[in-house]
Amino acid sequence: MALAKRIIPCLDVDKGRVVKGVNFVGIRDAGDPVEIAKRYNDQGADEITFLDITASHEGRDTTVHMVEAIAEQVFIPLTVGGGIRELEDIRRMLNAGADKVSINSAAVYNPDFVKAASDKFGAQCIVVAIDAKQVGDHHWEIFTHGGRKATGINAVEWAVKMARYGAGEILLTSMDRDGVKSGFDLGVTRAIADAVNIPVIASGGVGNLDHLVDGVKIGRADAVLAASIFHFGEYTVQQAKQHMAAAGIEMRLD
Amino acid sequence: MSSKLCAVIDYGMGNLHSAHGALQTVAPDTRVVVTSDADVIRKADHVVLPGVGAIRDCMAEIRRQGIDQVVAEVRKTKPLLGICVGLQAMMERSEENGGVDCMGLFPGAVTFFGSDLEENGEKLKVPHMGWNRVEQVAHPLWAGIADNSRFYFVHSYYVQATHAAQVKGRGHYGVDFAAAMGEDNVFAVQFHPEKSHNAGLALLKNFLAWDGQA
Repeated sequence: MALAKRIIPCLDVDKGRVVKGVNFVGIRDAGDPVEIAKRYNDQGADEITFLDITASHEGRDTTVHMVEAIAEQVFIPLTVGGGIRELEDIRRMLNAGADKVSINSAAVYNPDFVKAASDKFGAQCIVVAIDAKQVGDHHWEIFTHGGRKATGINAVEWAVKMARYGAGEILLTSMDRDGVKSGFDLGVTRAIADAVNIPVIASGGVGNLDHLVDGVKIGRADAVLAASIFHFGEYTVQQAKQHMAAAGIEMRLD
Repeated sequence: MSSKLCAVIDYGMGNLHSAHGALQTVAPDTRVVVTSDADVIRKADHVVLPGVGAIRDCMAEIRRQGIDQVVAEVRKTKPLLGICVGLQAMMERSEENGGVDCMGLFPGAVTFFGSDLEENGEKLKVPHMGWNRVEQVAHPLWAGIADNSRFYFVHSYYVQATHAAQVKGRGHYGVDFAAAMGEDNVFAVQFHPEKSHNAGLALLKNFLAWDGQA
C-alpha cells in the first residue's frame, strides 16, 4: 500500500494544435488538444500537462478556452505551463480549470515570483519547470528560451532553491534529450530527486517504456512525463502503466 | 418538476471550476451552483465545502463570511460533503500556520506530515501528492467503488481523528491518517474526488444521490 508513481502525458500546444518537436525544433502536428486530453484521460493518465508554446497574446486566449474545454471533460489533475509570468496569469489559468501552473523562465528572471505565487495560491499548485543541460561531469545548468540561452545557474542548486521558495513540485526537462528518444538524463534526475523534498517529474527523451521504468527506478522520479510516444500511437498510457507495474513499480491500474 | 439543487460553497479560496464541473457531469439533472449566498446554501438539497491553500486564510474567510454558521445549520439538515481543506476546516484544530482553530464538527487535529517522513527506510516527499489507496469503512458514499481504490491527494497536513468510529476511509503515507470522515449527514474527504477520475466521479454521484442517512 503506497503512493503510486504517476504517468503524465504532455501536450505541447502551438496555435491551438498539439505539436511535438525534436530538441524543441522540427514540429510535427499531433492533433486537437481537447480530444487528445480526453483520450489520455480514458487511457488512465494520472495527470495531464498542457504546455502552451505559442508566444503571442492571441494564442493566450486560445489557451484559456482550451483549458476550460479540457477541464470540463477531464477529471484528473491538469497542469498548464508556458508564458506564466505574473500572478494574474496564474489566476487566469486556475480560474479556467487548471489545478497547477508551471513556471519556467519567469522563475529564472525573478525567483521571488515563485515565492509570491506560492504564498498567494499555495505550493500545491506551483510547479517550477527546470530546463537543464549537461555542461560537465556531473554538472548541469539551467537554460532558457527553449534551450538556446545559458544562464550559468547550477540546476541542482536551483531546484533546492525553488523548493525553498515554495515550489510544490519540480518538472525537470533534460534539453539534450527532449524529443530524441534516448531516455531521460538519469544523472540530473537522480541528483535533483535526492536533493529536494518535493516531488520531481522527469521529462525529456522518452523513446520506449523501459525509459519510464528507469526514470523512476534509477532517476528516482516521482512522476514521468512523455509526449511523442503517446501522441503518435506507439504506446497507450495504459500499456505504459502496465509495463511499469510489471517492473515492480507501484501504479494506479484501477 | 423542480430539479435538485447542489450548492458548492465559494468563500474565495481557489478554483471551484473542477468541483462544479464534476458534480454537474455526474448529475445532469441537478442544478449545481457555486455560491457564497447563505440563502442559496440553505435552500440547497446538497452542500459541498471545498477548500485549497493554507488553513489560516481558509478559516479567516469562513468566519468573515459567516460560512461557519451556515455550515453549523446545514450539518443538521442535509447532506454535506467536505473536500480537502474543507475536511480539515471541519476538524477542531490544525497545526498549520502556527496553529489555527477550526470549526470543530469532528473532534481531532490536523498535523504536519513532517520533513523527515519515511517508509521502510525510504524518504517520502511532502506534500503527499498523487494517487493513493483508501481502505473503506462501510458507508453509502462508497457504493460501487472497489475497496482500496486510488484517489488523488495533495496535502502536507493530515487528519488524526479522536473517534475511530468517525473514520470512514483510511489512508497511509508514512503514517496512518483519516482519508475520509463521516457522521450522520456529514462526509468529508482528504482527497479530491473531482480529480480522481472514475472512482472520484462515482463518489460524487453517490453523494448527490445520498439522503444523509448512514
